[in-house]
Amino acid sequence: MMGQPQSGAEILLRALEEQGVEVIFGYPGGAVLPIYDALFQQNALRHILVRHEQAAVHAAEGYARSTGRVGVVLVTSGPGATNAVTGLVDALMDSVPVVCLTGQVPTHLIGNDAFQEADTTGITRPATKHNYLVKRAEDLARVIHEAFHVARSGRPGPVVVDLPKDILIGPAPYRSKPESAHRTYRPRTVPDAGAICAAVTALKRARRPIVYAGGGVINAGPEASRRLTHFVRRTGFPCTNTLMGLGSFPASDPHFLGMLGMHGTYEANLAMHGSDVMLNIGARFDDRVTGRLAAFSPGSLKIHADIDPSNINKNVAVDIPIVGDAAQVLAALIEAWEADPEPAEAIDDWWQQIETWRGKDSLRFTQRKNPDALIKPQYAVRRLYELCRESGRDVFISTEVGQHQMWAAQHFRFERPNRWMTSGGLGTMGYGLPAAMGVQVAHPDALVIDIAGEASILMNIQEMGTLAQYRLPVKVFILNNQYMGMVRQWQELLHGSRYSESYSAALPDFVKLAESFHAKGLRASCLGELDDVIREMLDTPGAVIADIAVDPAENCYPMIPSGAAHNEMILGPEQAERAASVTDEGLMLV
Amino acid sequence: MPEQRTATISLLVDNEAGVLARVIGLFAGRGYNIDSLTVAAVDDARQQSRINIVTSGTPMVIEQIKAQLDRLVPVHKVADLTQLGAHVAREMALVKVVASGEPRVESLRIADAFRARTVDTTPGSFVFELTGSIDKIDAFIALMRPLGLAEVSRTGIAALARGQNTIQQ
Ligand SMILES: Cc1ncc(C[n+]2csc(CCOP(=O)(O)OP(=O)(O)O)c2C)c(N)n1
Ligand SMILES: [Mg+2]
Repeated sequence: MMGQPQSGAEILLRALEEQGVEVIFGYPGGAVLPIYDALFQQNALRHILVRHEQAAVHAAEGYARSTGRVGVVLVTSGPGATNAVTGLVDALMDSVPVVCLTGQVPTHLIGNDAFQEADTTGITRPATKHNYLVKRAEDLARVIHEAFHVARSGRPGPVVVDLPKDILIGPAPYRSKPESAHRTYRPRTVPDAGAICAAVTALKRARRPIVYAGGGVINAGPEASRRLTHFVRRTGFPCTNTLMGLGSFPASDPHFLGMLGMHGTYEANLAMHGSDVMLNIGARFDDRVTGRLAAFSPGSLKIHADIDPSNINKNVAVDIPIVGDAAQVLAALIEAWEADPEPAEAIDDWWQQIETWRGKDSLRFTQRKNPDALIKPQYAVRRLYELCRESGRDVFISTEVGQHQMWAAQHFRFERPNRWMTSGGLGTMGYGLPAAMGVQVAHPDALVIDIAGEASILMNIQEMGTLAQYRLPVKVFILNNQYMGMVRQWQELLHGSRYSESYSAALPDFVKLAESFHAKGLRASCLGELDDVIREMLDTPGAVIADIAVDPAENCYPMIPSGAAHNEMILGPEQAERAASVTDEGLMLV
Repeated sequence: MPEQRTATISLLVDNEAGVLARVIGLFAGRGYNIDSLTVAAVDDARQQSRINIVTSGTPMVIEQIKAQLDRLVPVHKVADLTQLGAHVAREMALVKVVASGEPRVESLRIADAFRARTVDTTPGSFVFELTGSIDKIDAFIALMRPLGLAEVSRTGIAALARGQNTIQQ
């Protein structure tokens, strides 16, 4: 590569290549034309042209979460960058490693309100883990390497690199990936031995222990999930997962209590409430999980392992904090558990108690069985799950946001990490289709399904075009209840059934919509059609939209109403009046 | 409600564009208080600046503030001087008093007692320069108020731990 000096754009691509990047999700524009020109002249990097910049970030998130690698986004200045902001905040909230390259007006015009200028670093400062504006060509390669380091290490997150056009056009020197760690950013990964010891001592004495594992376990790589599974089986403790942690522990294992939190199972929430020692690994005591803080697991000694010290003692005061990477924490816990000569307390009584809670079957629903019966959304997810399993294929599920998302979390069961992509922290409608697209790019032969709502899917429906262009066989499985169901449910329970603006009026014909995007469209209007439609969807080699008409009145249970405690759960419609007792304080909560 | 405490926090940061905005944005975005904030380059060779912040909150919030600050990529070091033990904190203030007659004389007398320097004098006004702890400056300003206090400009604090400890350790 000696001789001809390389342009900034070429240096950029070279740095991406050295970082192991294979795919970029992007959308062109004036400020990034030099990068697109350089992309045109090479073959190492694949570019997927999305239809909206928000979708580029969600696609990169899907790619990252299903592979454990950094997802890469390329957008132009101004509107390109501002369109990406929702995706960036989504990645920030869910700790997804993404590097987003944004074009910028040339350095001499910055601050002049130039055409398509936006203060991208200003706008994205609170939307990213870190961001950079490259003002000197000699900084370019170093900043790119640094951006990847920051995105993937510690608690992962999105990083923006803002690239003025003159830097991309002018010559720039190359610098290789540094061998040594970053000057200052060196998050702690190895846990403190004393804290591990204290944790094991407490866990051995526990009579009502519970393991509460979150997305941090998945972010720590598949080995962390294997260790979690080993640790739980070795100790015999019950284990629950957060929404983000699903797949970190096999759902079929008898130790698994299901998801906890607002729409978690009865047994998971009551076990959290009644436990005497809680081990939280890689979860952050989110308000969807804790319910009313003052009443959250009141009697437990709390052990909290997290790679981000700012997560510890943020919402809930913990007794034994452990800062470290989940995989390393679990390895240390396993070792210390084996080394400790103390026998563990017997927990048979605790399991007996849990089994009585489990006996409530809190995810139950009633599906009438006549062929023309209305389809219950839960049943549709169950059948989708069962038929996916029968297919024997590697299945990845993404979701949009709403009731369907919760039903998917409750009724689709995950045995392995990195198979479940959902917008947890930000709750972004429109996440699922582009995320599925990113997953499918990374896993071309896998079965990738977006479990969607009819309202959410319209938020990034344009990505059907991307599916068509790249022949990505993503399946969109719409639980069509003709309502923004989750909004309708809150209005029913908390606002006197005044369904203000939550009806999905004037919906498109999803079958024709699919066809117009060169995909297959299917529809199931009653129970008798459901299995056939799912089978046909799974057997279709290309992209599919399956529009499943489900019961518009169904609510998502169990539910902890906002401001309530875990032991104040509503199990079903027969207890719905409990929601009426929600206090004004509870009403204020989201 | 647990007791509020005041904390003096010093940061060593990379002297790069946007670093102050990151720190201030963190406080604004998460609803933390800033009672005082100063920033200046302190190490040209390493291109580092020092930021001193006086903030208040419950002990849990103060811990959270420090953890959040430590998470910022260009922040090298976060030191809670209040917690580390004895420290010195000094602020400089310029205080303008517009007065004549007895109040004018009285203001001069108080300035003398506080070891304030008179840096500007006109027949109808003084500007005093005063260095000291936040409390001392607060007290001085309170005394000047009835005497014709017209304007105040304060620097915010500079702070260091006492003894041999430095922020680098
Ligand atoms: C971008 C965005 N806007 C608004 C919301 C608030 N919201 C949460 S769920 C929901 C309704 C979703 O409706 P649908 O996709 O049909 O799913 P359902 O609840 O009916 O399954 C809305 C509007 C959101 N989460 N994201
Ligand atoms: Mg709906």
